[in-house]
Amino acid sequence: MSIDFHKALGIHQDTLRLRAERTKVLASNIANESTPGYQSRDIDFAAALQSVLSDGEAGQGLETGDGGLQYRVPYHPSQDGNTVELGVEQAAFSQNASDFQTSLTFMNMKLKGLAKAIAGQ
Amino acid sequence: MSFRHIAQIAGSAMAAQTVRLNTVASNLANAQSASDSEASTYRARKPVFASVFSADGMGSGQLPGARVQVLDVVESTEPLRRAYEPENPLANEAGEVFYPNVNSVAEMTDMMAASRAFETNVEVLGRLKSMQQSLLRLGEG
Repeated sequence: MSIDFHKALGIHQDTLRLRAERTKVLASNIANESTPGYQSRDIDFAAALQSVLSDGEAGQGLETGDGGLQYRVPYHPSQDGNTVELGVEQAAFSQNASDFQTSLTFMNMKLKGLAKAIAGQ
Repeated sequence: MSFRHIAQIAGSAMAAQTVRLNTVASNLANAQSASDSEASTYRARKPVFASVFSADGMGSGQLPGARVQVLDVVESTEPLRRAYEPENPLANEAGEVFYPNVNSVAEMTDMMAASRAFETNVEVLGRLKSMQQSLLRLGEG
């Protein structure tokens, strides 16, 4: 009986990859805070994860292109067409970073369980 | 993983904000640089930012990030300040000198906005580093 890492780690590897992608999108928003006409974007995490999971065992099919991206609706639209609101983006970014750590923690726990099983303790 | 791209995005924003701070410093430094003609007077400069959506060099299943690019640095078209100072060695035949169209208050607020944006991107890089490091320690315990 062999250990299948893909099965053993379960959903967490997909969430981890999604979190990393979302970090990029949010970093883009923060970077373009003062670019006129830039429209803030974000990933709908639940929908993106659902599409990853429905792809079945392939597991590599994170939404390509702009399919998984949605535009954020600003609370206070600005004159120059920029829809980045720094507070919102910063909150989303740190929330996303914490979620990334959470996914990592889950993965670490899974790996610890595997190590225990291998050592036969 | 796309950590390298994130670092590039944050880095491009920091570079753009540095250009902005640079123009602010130049504007404030030259706010009182008088001249004898309209053509030779310093005019306030401002950078123009644009976002660059790049999906190139990425594998499938990656979302495009957006870097910041400084398109150009443009000069302000506000009218210059004209002053009658016949004792000024720079004054022209009519005894007038021209002062730059730098608005110090606007420049100061611009400076604060630029340095805040720079700091935010530094924070992003810092957080990115800790994410990457904990990913590298995956499975260690």
